[in-house]
Amino acid sequence: MPTEFLLTATFLSAFLGVLLILLLPVRFGAAAKWIALAAALAGFGFAIAAFQRYDMTPGAYPIQSVLNLPWVQHPNIGFTTGADGISLVLLLLTGIIAITGVLFSWNVTQQPRAFFALFLTIIGGVYGVFQSLDLFLLFVFYEIVIVPKYFLISNWGSTNREYGAMKLTIYSVVGSALILLALLGVYVLAPDHSLNLLSLAKVKYPSAFQLWAFPVLFLGFGILAGIWPFHTWAPTGHVAAPTAVSMLLAGVVMKLGSYGALRVAMTLFPLGLEYWRIPIALLATAGILYGALVALAQKDLKFVVGYSSINHMGFVLLGLVTLNTIGLSGAVLQMFSHGIIGGLLFAVVGRMIYDRTHTREIALLGGMNLAKAMPFAAFTFVVASLASMGLPGFSGFIAEISILLGAWKAFPILLVFAGLGVIITVAFTLRALQRTFFPAHGAAAVPHEDAAHEFEPITLPERLGAILLMAATLGIGLFPKILLAPIQWSFENPHSLMHHLIQEVAK
Amino acid sequence: MSFASLLFQFLTPEFMLADTALLVLLAGLFKSTAQKRGMLLSLTLLGGIIAAAMLVLHPHYGNLSNGMVVGDPLTQLVKLTLLTLSLITAIFAAGSTVREHFAEYLGLILFSTIGMMLLAGTEDLLMIFIGLEMTSIPLYILTGYLKRSSASAEAALKYFLVGGVSAAFLLFGLSLIYGVTGSTSLADLARTPRAALLDPLLLAGVVMAMVGFGFKVAAVPFHLWAPDVYEGAPTPSAALIASGSKVAGFLILAKLLTIGFAKGTGSAAWGLFQPGWLPLLAIAGAASVVVGNLAALSQSNVKRILAYSAIAQSGYMLLGLMATGTTGISSVIFYVIVYALTTLGAFGVVSLVEQRRGGSQLHHFQGLHQSAPGLALCMGVFMVSLAGIPPLAGFFGKFYLFAGALGSVSSLYDGNLGLLWLIIVAVAFNAVSLYYYLIVLKHIFVIPTGAEPAQPSPRCATSVFVGFLALAVFALGLYPAALLEPIQNAVTSAATFAAKTAALH
Repeated sequence: MPTEFLLTATFLSAFLGVLLILLLPVRFGAAAKWIALAAALAGFGFAIAAFQRYDMTPGAYPIQSVLNLPWVQHPNIGFTTGADGISLVLLLLTGIIAITGVLFSWNVTQQPRAFFALFLTIIGGVYGVFQSLDLFLLFVFYEIVIVPKYFLISNWGSTNREYGAMKLTIYSVVGSALILLALLGVYVLAPDHSLNLLSLAKVKYPSAFQLWAFPVLFLGFGILAGIWPFHTWAPTGHVAAPTAVSMLLAGVVMKLGSYGALRVAMTLFPLGLEYWRIPIALLATAGILYGALVALAQKDLKFVVGYSSINHMGFVLLGLVTLNTIGLSGAVLQMFSHGIIGGLLFAVVGRMIYDRTHTREIALLGGMNLAKAMPFAAFTFVVASLASMGLPGFSGFIAEISILLGAWKAFPILLVFAGLGVIITVAFTLRALQRTFFPAHGAAAVPHEDAAHEFEPITLPERLGAILLMAATLGIGLFPKILLAPIQWSFENPHSLMHHLIQEVAK
Repeated sequence: MSFASLLFQFLTPEFMLADTALLVLLAGLFKSTAQKRGMLLSLTLLGGIIAAAMLVLHPHYGNLSNGMVVGDPLTQLVKLTLLTLSLITAIFAAGSTVREHFAEYLGLILFSTIGMMLLAGTEDLLMIFIGLEMTSIPLYILTGYLKRSSASAEAALKYFLVGGVSAAFLLFGLSLIYGVTGSTSLADLARTPRAALLDPLLLAGVVMAMVGFGFKVAAVPFHLWAPDVYEGAPTPSAALIASGSKVAGFLILAKLLTIGFAKGTGSAAWGLFQPGWLPLLAIAGAASVVVGNLAALSQSNVKRILAYSAIAQSGYMLLGLMATGTTGISSVIFYVIVYALTTLGAFGVVSLVEQRRGGSQLHHFQGLHQSAPGLALCMGVFMVSLAGIPPLAGFFGKFYLFAGALGSVSSLYDGNLGLLWLIIVAVAFNAVSLYYYLIVLKHIFVIPTGAEPAQPSPRCATSVFVGFLALAVFALGLYPAALLEPIQNAVTSAATFAAKTAALH
């Protein structure tokens, strides 16, 4: 199969899965998860195949396998897809999250058809965003993600689900409105009235336009990436969502925001970027510190993970505005790494622990002797925590160290605060880990009535999912080159959309 | 060829519809049974389909009596749309709460459709007025059709009074325009020199006409009738008011402004206001978007939500008209057709729910996804499309509409921000609108049904056509070119046609 169709096949397999599930008679509802698993596996397979075929020989263009089909003549909109190293890494991430998301929702029995159909719709939309080269197409895929999220959370969620779902939706829609506004401006000012990213990247927009359009566009995407102070949808949304959707939100949906900021806002408006770089770096650092500090004070384990997402996404945004290859590559790797680690943490907290203990209060969990009652969950959580802290050997380490190195060149003063954020991250992660699984005698003095209760054993799908995610973070931690090489190549390539900007900043 | 035979050639489909309507009325004189309703409906559909076939197979292009009756691809396309909308409304009526005097109900739908089609096929002030009245008077009766319901009677009275006043405004405005220019033809108006267009009397005429149209399309501040009429009228009547009558109204408004007053646009760019019809549209459009979307937030009746949504959608379309020229017309026609299909489908769902559960309050929709999953899914498609979320047709429509308006003053820098302020208002309040559409969907999908047992949903023609409309909205979102290209071609050819006739004189 030609590589361009491999890319298309990723989201087509997801949407085909949706169609098959919708056609499924109600009494075979239990088969929905199998269809979803097959679609997720197929999508991941296509993503791997496309990744393997990525050509990094000198002289090759970074954006490859471009498929360009006419869609609407006037306005000039094409169905244009293609991928560079950055897109491919995120496509792989989407595949992994799709598979593990299905595995960790194996126990969904309430309206399984609707659940998996909506789940796959989001997956398809995410695959689409990561490969769209036409901004109209990108926006279409981006918006496809919004409405299913609302229903997944408000129908299958837990704590305060309707509030969390509506809040998340409103934030997303406000972000989309900002993006739409900027895109309309981009479209109107483009000389050939097209929204093709490859041709738009060559357009030099007037600086007066860039100065207002860049922050509008960056903020529009940034809201979804959890940029401080517009992050408040994330913790409540993550907590309210069912496990698979928390995994999706933290794993890939937040990455849509950071990817859009990089691929659209930063590519189109270099002048605006230079003007707003410092404020964005400040917001990102504030997010790192704020997320870490608030996580330190949480009583609910899922909120700890929720706020840690703000912290980790702060690193992504900081890495993006360093505008040097190492910082940018670190940011993209951090997107992958946090997708995996965040997914793993939500899987442990939401599925393995909450579904069995029906509480997420750290104090109560501490009394349940979970390390003995659920050794596998404890082990997984330890691994995820270590990875989340950025311990060498896990993907988080190499990503965060790259971002910090990049930031050292770009913003030496901010580096101090970002480094402080790293230390607080260690603190809140260890605090949550210790109080939940290995409480000291003092904490164990709060006995829970279920303390001696035998929990339902961890099921096979859960084990498989956890092993897959742990293998991913460990594998990339040990062999970061697998992903870093194509990412760096995509930034450094002289034909890269960002190359000119990186060169200019380096001077 | 005699004038009468020429007229007949131009208006064959309309004559066909009139014949059908008379036949249906005649057939309605016999004793009423359930079977007869089916028979009457088939008769209506048959007549309508023959009329549509005549439109498609024997289109008559040209211009009669200096624009009194015109035929071009654009009018053909719009007439076809109007026919489709009316026939689907008739099908919805057969499965609705309208039980008594069904033949007359169908007849009135057909008469109103004739009015709309005449309206679509004219470029003359006099015919515009006649067409509007022919559309409206049957609609007043259709609104008050549930004679035992006081809400229906109140709605009819309100609609009639407001409609009458607006007709008076329109007629006064049109007569002022005629008095100044000495012609009722839009083509002649277009040739009026620019200086003459600034005659205060003429401007007063334009403003009066805009007031009249503002009532028709329910633009703020002339919108107050809409919520009560939509709520009180039998649902199929409300559907026709929201779909067919709106399509015809917007087409003729677009023609009047972009053909008749092409030179009198003025400017609504921020800080550069100049007298003309653009500032009028800007203010009415922005106010409709703001008021419609905000008022819809606090409604508890789905028909009222649809009414306020209709006001907001009118606002978007008024902004789209500001693009002027062929882009403006094509984007507005595309949008209004998509909107009509969507809202018609939504009213179809409301009609079915009303019949099965006895009302159209939000709580009547609770748990709909359990008792009628297909219907619930269709309603989801309609609401999400109205909110402008891709990949449904409403999104592409909005994008094209806003891009056209923004691009008409294509200098977003050098100090002139053009219509950006309007687009900011429209995009921001479009984001607000998702909230109330989601509230409807929340009742359908999230809140479980109360003690009420889930009734079995009988398969009926209404649900089939609701499904068809949902499919159309979805397909047009995936491939908008299917409708957009015919519209663009028709508009371009109509524009060249108008330019040619103008050059002849």
